[in-house]
Order: sequence, then structure tokens, then C-alpha cells
Amino acid sequence: MSLAPERKSNDLAEVATEAAGAPSVQAVPPKPADEGYRTVGDFTSANAVMQARQVDVFYADNHAIQKVSLDIGRNEVIALIGPSGCGKSTFIRCLNRMNDTIESARVTGDITLDGENIYGRQMDVVMLRARVGMVFQKPNPFPKSVYDNVAYGPRIHGLARDRAELDEIVQTSLERAGLWTEMKDRLEEPGTGLSGGQQQRVCIARTIAVNPDVILMDEPCSALDPIATARIEDLIDELKQNYAIAIVTHSMQQAARVSQRTAYFHLGKLIEVGDTDDIFTNPRHKLTEDYITGRFG
Amino acid sequence: MSSRSTLSVKEAVARGIARRYRNEAIFRALGLGALLIGLGFLAFFFYTLVGNGYTALEQTRIRLDVELDAAVIDPEATRNPETLRGADYQRLARDALGRLFPEVTSRADLRALYALLSAGAGIELQQLVVNDPAAIGETRTLWLLADDDVDVIVKGQAPRDVPETDRRMDDRQLRWLTALEQQGRVDLQFNRYFFTRGDSRDPELAGIWGATVGSFFMLLVTLALSFPLGVATAVYLEEFAPRNRWTDLIEVNINNLAAVPSIVFGLLGLALFINVFGLPRSAPVVGGLVLSLMTLPVIIIASRAALTAVPPSIREAALGVGASKMQMVLHHVLPLAMPGMLTGTIIGMARALGESAPLLMIGMVAFIVDVPDSPVSPATALPVQVYLWADSPERAFVERTSAAIVVLLLFLLVMNAAAILLRKRFERRY
Repeated sequence: MSLAPERKSNDLAEVATEAAGAPSVQAVPPKPADEGYRTVGDFTSANAVMQARQVDVFYADNHAIQKVSLDIGRNEVIALIGPSGCGKSTFIRCLNRMNDTIESARVTGDITLDGENIYGRQMDVVMLRARVGMVFQKPNPFPKSVYDNVAYGPRIHGLARDRAELDEIVQTSLERAGLWTEMKDRLEEPGTGLSGGQQQRVCIARTIAVNPDVILMDEPCSALDPIATARIEDLIDELKQNYAIAIVTHSMQQAARVSQRTAYFHLGKLIEVGDTDDIFTNPRHKLTEDYITGRFG
Repeated sequence: MSSRSTLSVKEAVARGIARRYRNEAIFRALGLGALLIGLGFLAFFFYTLVGNGYTALEQTRIRLDVELDAAVIDPEATRNPETLRGADYQRLARDALGRLFPEVTSRADLRALYALLSAGAGIELQQLVVNDPAAIGETRTLWLLADDDVDVIVKGQAPRDVPETDRRMDDRQLRWLTALEQQGRVDLQFNRYFFTRGDSRDPELAGIWGATVGSFFMLLVTLALSFPLGVATAVYLEEFAPRNRWTDLIEVNINNLAAVPSIVFGLLGLALFINVFGLPRSAPVVGGLVLSLMTLPVIIIASRAALTAVPPSIREAALGVGASKMQMVLHHVLPLAMPGMLTGTIIGMARALGESAPLLMIGMVAFIVDVPDSPVSPATALPVQVYLWADSPERAFVERTSAAIVVLLLFLLVMNAAAILLRKRFERRY
């Protein structure tokens, strides 16, 4: 049965132009960024290692995040929360330039690491990613042994002079990731054969094996069960002794448990930043309050 | 309302349900029928091929008491290999046969009698003497190769009880053959020449080894060229090239090239490799070049598919610890895509092995007796050998054609099995 008879006659012209490939409403060039909004709270950090200022990201014509300014501080965990599609993952993928791999992505604004512009000419992307490591949503160990997984970063960067040094790096990394005791006799097993939680900790060990300044985590526990999640959260708490950590999460409890600062994103805007305790007990922006009290999300 | 509507749903479903199941049954029956018809044709094909071909494994031989006469072979007793090679061994074989029929004396009768023996009989004697000069002067009992007309009669492929004019052998020859059979001097023995020799005008001396070696050299050239080129192209297009109008154009062209009739590649090879570059005609190296052109698109398409199948999470993981793009590709993406690439390559190679049309254009259809010893010496290929034999008038070539096809199919089967094994063995879970 055709739908055509149900259409009103004045719709037909529209249908014809759509069929001819004329741009539809969504393809209209993006509106100029809404400069009118101000992030509530203090987005700076006293001990900042990375500073993002007025960052905009476009995916083709889609304005994914708008004028976001945020600091990542040393020895602290900052949680990025917000409803799906709010741009929090997009933002942390700017911090180690993973967005470069998406051809249509365009980033404007300033992001610095220790005062150096990471999109500047003298910053090499390989160097940047060695200094700003990333843990992904789905555990993604290489289909190689646990040892080779953890040793991969040090190997390609030439961090170890000989096998003994490499062994030591692998051991230290696995110890820090809380895996050494369960893994020391299983180093030659394929990383893909482990449980989900173990895989994710191998990925964390792989990230800290190159000793980065910052670790970015993109929903690291969303594919894990509660027990594995609890172990990763403990681990994040320990890791902040040595690293600056930015974690994207959908779980507000997790944000409350592991982070010292929290940033709330909404539809590509950074709405509110503050100490985690303040945000969860005393949100100042209406949207933040609605989100953390579960009115949407 | 609810009870009424439930009832009507029940009724409606009940009414249609028998028809649904019937449709499913019909569809299943049609599918099964199509499958059975296909299998039937396949079975018939194999039955005919093997039924026609298996007799080529055996060859008629005649047992003769050959006197390796020193006066004929080496009258001056020099034992010079040159002299030993050049002697008239066919005469020794003929004399041995003639002694069995002393009543045959006239020139015409003798010629008819000697026609029972293959020209290969002399070659066999020559080999025997060259390998073992001490045999000169002895009388040896040997099974010597019979002519293909004899072979056809002995195998029952040509009838004996038809008028003389309908036979390739006349009544006298048939009588002599029967006499030899009654003395137990005729037997079917394993036909090793079929597997060790090149082509010949005499069916009993023709073999597929020359064509097999030619095909081997050709595939070697094809593999050495098309695999690295194809994989490199696929990696570049998939991982490094920007997506724009030019790469789109290249992609469309590669896909189109995969569908170009193979004989067109043969014409290109003739015009370019032979006429412009001056490469030798009939040489496996030119055949390999032409087949590379033909196989490249297949390998590129398969390799790109294999690369796309590598999950993006692996790429992100590698980039995330600071690997460069090259390191990401070489350390992680390529190893994971390799089984798929190799499978595509083997299937492309199998297609190249079975290809004959482009080889006709570059002169590999020539009659070549010698087994090629390098990729630049003249050669033919297995499918072309099949084509040549299928064209030959002798009855004995029929079984050789079928046997050669079976050998070709066996090679294809082995290659496809290797592709499947490779995929099963190296397929990684991630």
C-alpha cells in the first residue's frame, strides 16, 4: 500500500526536492556558537597539567561541543558527567587528539599540556599520546599475550634498554594496576582470554606502562559487572597519587566515589564545574540539579 | 471488547496458519530441489571425468626379449656417451618384435608389425643403455611401450569386431596383437610418462609435467608480484589515503577491473609486455605478469575487506599508547587482517591457475615438448594443455584430457582447502 494518497498535495513539492538530493533542514550550516552561556563554578585548577580554553569541536556540520574551558589537575580525578550525546567523550578525545582519526572532525580553541599547545606545530601527536594515555569504554587488549600487551608501549617508545628493564616495567605496571599477583604466572596467556574486568585492568596497565602525565578514561566500567567496577574504582583512587585522571562516566555514584572535581556537560556545553561534594550536595545550575536528581539522563 | 478481539485474533491466525506452513514447506522443497539438481550435475561431471580419465593412469606395454646388440649400439666399443645416445635403439626393439613373428618378411608387412611399437620404445632402450652401459651385449626381457592404437584396442576403447575400414589397425596387426596377448606379452602398466613428460604428438608419450611446471612458474611470478602489490595498495587505500574524488575514482576502477574479461588482459599483455617490452613469447614470466594484472583487483578487494573487518578498538588501543599510524598498521592491523588477505590471495591464485584465455593471446598455446627449466623458457599451462589435447584427433588423447582436468581440479581443490584451513587456523577472536 502506498503512502502517496495520504499526502496533502502541497507536500509533494517538498518530497520532490528531497528526492532530488536538495539539502534537508539538518544540513543547514551550523548557527554561530552560542556565546551567551557561562559555565557555572570555577573551571580552573590550582595545579593544572592540562588547560582547555574555548574549545569547539565540529563533526562535519554538527557542532559537538561549544566553547568549553576546563583544567585537568595533577593528582586529582575529574569526572565528566552528563546525558548521552552531551559531548563529554568528544571533549576528552580532544585531549590526546584521538579526534584526529575522524576525518570530518575539526577542533578550535586552545588546549595546552604543561603550557604547550597540543595542536601546535612543535607538538608531535605520537609524543602527545605517550604523555596523555587513554583507557577506552570497551576493554581492547591486543590479541597478544598479557606481557606483550603491557610491553607494547615501552617497546615502541624505546623505554627499556634490555629485557630485564622491560620485565621490570611490565611488573611495575601490572602491580600498579593490581594485577601482578593474579597475572604473574599467566603472562604468556592471550590478553583476549581474560575476564572483562581483568582485560580492562590490562588496558590500564598498558597505559601506565609508558608512564604518562595524564590518563583519560572513557566510561571504563560501562562493560563491567559491579565487582570488577569496584576494583577499577579502587585502582583509579590509587592511581591519582601519580597521575592526573579525567574519567567520563554515566554513573553518578561512580563520579561521587572516585572524583574530586566534577564537570557537568549538557548538549555540547559545559554547564557546571566544581568540587564533587559541592556538585552533588548543592548544585547551582538548574540543569545540573535535574540531572543528578534523576529527572532526566 | 477484549474477549471479542482476542477471539478474532485467534481465528485470524488459525485461518492463515496452514497456508503459512504450506508456503514454508514449498520454499524448503524448492531449495532442496535446486540443491539436488546442482549436486546431480556435479556428480555427473565428476563421474564422466573420472570415468574417462582413470584409464590414462595405465599404458599398454609389450614384453620383448631385446638383444642389446653391441654391433648396433657401439660397434667400436668406445663406450662414448655421445655414441651411446645416438644409436638406433628403435631398430633393436623392432628386431625383438620381428623375431617373434619369423613368418613376416615383406617390407610392407614388417612396417605394419613395427607400428605396434611406440617410438618411445627406442627412447626407453636408450635410457637403459646410457644409465647402464654394462648391459650392452646382453639380452634383456623388457616391457616396452606400445603404440597408442594398440593401447586403445587393449583398453577396449576402440572395438575389435568391426570391419577393417572402421579401425585404425588392420586385420594383420590385430592378429599379431592377439597372438602377443595369448603369449602373455601384453599388459597394462602404470603410465609414469603421463606425470613426468611434456607434451608429445604421440599420446603414449604425452604428459602433463611440462604444463604443470609451466603453471607453477607462472603462479610463482603472479604471487611474487600481485601479493605484495595488492596488499600494499589495499593498506594504502584503506589506512592512509584521504577520502576524496580521486580515491573514489580509483576504487570504482579497481572494482571494475575485477570484472573485466580475462582475454582483455591477454591482449594488454601481448601489446605491452611482448610488443613494447620485448619479453619472450610463450614464457611463463609473461603469463605471470598478465595473470598478476588479472588477480590484483581480486586481492586488493579481499585485502580491503579484511582490513575493514579489523575492529576499530584495536586501532584506538594502538594509537592510544602512542603508536604511529605505520606502527598501528604493521603491528596490529596487518597481522589481524593477514588470514583474510591470504585467503583472498589463494582464491585469486586458484582463479589464475584455471585461466586459459589470456594465455592464448601471449603464445602459451604453442606445442612445447620440453619441460621448462626457468620462467623465461617457452612453456604451456595446465588449462591450455587441456585445451590442446581436447583439440587433438587421436582417441588416446580423450582419456588424457580428462585426466589432465582431474589433475587441474585437484590442484584447485588443494588451494581452496589451504585457504579454508588458513582461515580456520589463524582466525583470531577479538
